[in-house]
Amino acid sequence: MFAFSSPIIDYHALAPELVLAAGICTVLLVDLFVPDSRRWITGTLSGFFMLAALLPVVTLAVLGDDVRSALSGEGITGRYVVDNFALVMKALFLLSGYVVVLLSTNEMEEGGYYQGEFYVMLLSSVLGMVMMASSRDLVSIFVALEFLSIPAYMMAAWKKRDRKSNEAGVKYYLLGVFASAVMLYGMSLLFGIAGSTRLSDIGEAITLDGDKIGVQVVGIVFVIVGFAFKVSAVPFHTWAPDTYEGAPTPVTAFLSVASKAAGFVALVVLIFIAFPLAYDVYRPFLWVMAALTMTVGNVVALKQTNIVRMLAYSSVSQGGFILMPLAVAFTNGNQGASLRAVMVYLIIYAATNLGAFAVVIAVSRKTRSGEISSFGGLFQYAPGLTVMMTIFLASLAGIPPLGGWYAKFGAFRAAVDAGGGWGYGIAVIAAVNAVIATAYYITVMREMWMKPVPDGDTTPIKVPASLQAALAICGVATLAFGVLPGLIAEVGSITDLAGAFNP
Amino acid sequence: MLINNFLLLGAVLFCIGVYGVIARKNAVLVLMSIELILNSVNINLLAFDQLNGTNDGAVFALYIIAIAAAEVGVGLAMVLLIFRNRKTIALDDLSEMKG
Repeated sequence: MFAFSSPIIDYHALAPELVLAAGICTVLLVDLFVPDSRRWITGTLSGFFMLAALLPVVTLAVLGDDVRSALSGEGITGRYVVDNFALVMKALFLLSGYVVVLLSTNEMEEGGYYQGEFYVMLLSSVLGMVMMASSRDLVSIFVALEFLSIPAYMMAAWKKRDRKSNEAGVKYYLLGVFASAVMLYGMSLLFGIAGSTRLSDIGEAITLDGDKIGVQVVGIVFVIVGFAFKVSAVPFHTWAPDTYEGAPTPVTAFLSVASKAAGFVALVVLIFIAFPLAYDVYRPFLWVMAALTMTVGNVVALKQTNIVRMLAYSSVSQGGFILMPLAVAFTNGNQGASLRAVMVYLIIYAATNLGAFAVVIAVSRKTRSGEISSFGGLFQYAPGLTVMMTIFLASLAGIPPLGGWYAKFGAFRAAVDAGGGWGYGIAVIAAVNAVIATAYYITVMREMWMKPVPDGDTTPIKVPASLQAALAICGVATLAFGVLPGLIAEVGSITDLAGAFNP
Repeated sequence: MLINNFLLLGAVLFCIGVYGVIARKNAVLVLMSIELILNSVNINLLAFDQLNGTNDGAVFALYIIAIAAAEVGVGLAMVLLIFRNRKTIALDDLSEMKG
């Protein structure tokens, strides 16, 4: 018989999760008791809880030690950890969650959707992401992944009567569930080899020698495939464009930024803690996937006529750029540079892409169309929105002095640091792709600045206050990170993950 | 008893499940195939648990059972949604968006 000794719980380290959990319950209850006409309160409340959860993240960063184990005790220490990497990612998820609330309020209110339930789903999904940033154990990674995905499946199908939205939800659901099932099979093999679900134990066991090498390879590949679906890496990207197009636009913004970032967080944690000795397996695999993701995403984006679909393929190809430093991690001792590159890219990409979607939402409130041609002559009646969209698109293309430039610079530097055929090879492919990508971003800019207004209707666009706030947050972040990259210097000092197993 | 027996059973179930997901056109049957994969994972986990003499695997299996139930709940709700709007649950008919 085991004697039960309860783990020591560090409530300060768990505070962001606890605040979000309290938020979920509160929003659910408030939704029960307010009349239909005042359902917007649920949106305000969820925005408030996102920011409230950010407070403990800040205090942990300022006051806390470098590494805290949220639960400690015999055999439990190190399975759920709060380190600097986790804190930065938690802040990113909470802030993107807040911006998505700002993007959703008007859409949800005017579209006649279920509002309270929507925000409960959104908060649950963000809670899953926040958990993912701290998870250092196969079980908690799996629970966090499902916690963030299951609400996202429902949010994608939120327009109940719309056939496209139904289709978006079902495609996302089936591929997502299938991917997590395959991932679980890989996890069961990893557990079999290591005899523990703690990632640091797995890192010591996965050495690619001995008589179980075949099982190790299959386990690693299956787990990476599972997360490749989540980050929509080619060839596992087929769900992404359809889901992004069919889902309500704020949900698309959420999926393309936060959900994708959560997938990358899991990949980073697995590669840095569980697979550092297995680079012979994941490097070629991720390398090919990164090259394919950039290229296919870009080439298909070139011929899109729908702006959301174009941004979907653009986000697929941006995913390739984030995969690039991961593919060459642990080559030539560049793991610090790779980790920084991925984190900085995720932060800047989140600000930029959310901003682009905010403009798309604002414009489609008037034009009721998703076609790129509906942006024709935007400058004549909405100069502010045009300038913002130009900034976001130029940042996505990586034009200095905007944020996207600094992000791409970091990714390239990690690849060049790795050197050799792997590093230089992927850097060349990425450079070619950066040029191709500029083409389709410029198409939209030309449409906005040069083309005439398609139906001659030049009444100005009324941008609601919440959308203005979202635009301001994203615009300031995009500009500031580009002009003053020192702002994310704190991120730049992070070179390792807590509990990382270094060969 | 050898652990191979359990792992083989797990592998066979996994393969049947993957085949079902790829070959079946009916959404409910695809959901059932995914359940097969999840159960193959549970068999693997419990077999390895016995082999290694830990209890991490049993805990993991319990979580998988609980979350699989939640997943199928959402999945069936979505299939129902599709059926209400289209009067069919054939996955081949889900092709409004292309390109």
